[in-house]
Amino acid sequence: MVTAAATFGRSGSHDFILVRASAIVMVLYSLFMAGFFLSTPDVTYQVWNGLFAAIWMKVFTMLTLSSVLIHGWIGIWQVSTDYVKASGLRAFIQLVFSVGLIAVWLTGLFVLWGV
Amino acid sequence: MKKYTFSVYRYNPDVDNAPHMKEYTLEVEENQDLMVLEALIKLKEKDPTLSFRRSCREGVCGSDGMNINGKNGLACITHLSSLKSTKIVIRPLPGLPVIRDLIVDMSQFYQQYEKIKPYLINDDKTPPARERLQSPEDRAKLDGLYECILCACCSSSCPSFWWNPDKFVGPAGLLHAYRFLIDSRDTATDERLDELDDAFSVFRCHGIMNCVNVCPKGLNPTKAIGHIKSMLLNRAV
Repeated sequence: MVTAAATFGRSGSHDFILVRASAIVMVLYSLFMAGFFLSTPDVTYQVWNGLFAAIWMKVFTMLTLSSVLIHGWIGIWQVSTDYVKASGLRAFIQLVFSVGLIAVWLTGLFVLWGV
Repeated sequence: MKKYTFSVYRYNPDVDNAPHMKEYTLEVEENQDLMVLEALIKLKEKDPTLSFRRSCREGVCGSDGMNINGKNGLACITHLSSLKSTKIVIRPLPGLPVIRDLIVDMSQFYQQYEKIKPYLINDDKTPPARERLQSPEDRAKLDGLYECILCACCSSSCPSFWWNPDKFVGPAGLLHAYRFLIDSRDTATDERLDELDDAFSVFRCHGIMNCVNVCPKGLNPTKAIGHIKSMLLNRAV
């Protein structure tokens, strides 16, 4: 058994499930947004604001941003452990991306909070 | 006579500062089709310093795995005619440290093989007097798994093994792991799965199927790895 502290899941199968589950949420959100733009010819501020004012849309968006965080975290960890052999540089890259992903998540939270 | 040009990877750490490719020519009669190993033996008669492993010369021992025109394979069962070219480039198996010329250090490959405990584990306190019987159906589950000869053509063609040879078991090791996981006589299934359920050992396989493409025995490690992943996921959910 290889221990890997910097990944997101508790085990290999947990990581595997998280990556796929988060991918499904992101695909559903992308399809929803594509459907929204196709079915709404005139996207005004009021329409856009109304969409994100709904509580279900806020939950759906935060779920998607959480999926981006989890998917990106595991993905960057996997890619960096493949290609970056210097552990110091690898830790720095993982830190930059992890902080960036958390910043995206927090930005989404505060933007939605204000709608 | 048909003239073949061989470009062979040469490196002797006692003499060379860096590896280099050396050109050889070999003339073969028109009606004759040599194996790559036979051609290498003829080249070695001209240049005795050329080094490579070989033993059974019939695709059973797995000693002469090498990279032939960009694809891993066994030199002893690869016809020159199958290469579709008279220009042949021969390199050692990629991703493994070179000891000399076409001879690679297989230590990491064997360490991963050892890790999966490649032997039957049975905690039955009262073993049968003669043998552990299997139904024909249970025996058939081992087909396509037990035939692996550990030539390392698959693992050394796998990028996941190149990047993490100390952590990813690799296609050969995982094919053998599944061979024991699925064996009806083995009672250590849970312990074996516990050992594999980390982010590297199995799940670093992304299913690119290089292993299937190069296996000289026609085996399918990717399929076996898929079965191991299913067993792990069935336990996890």
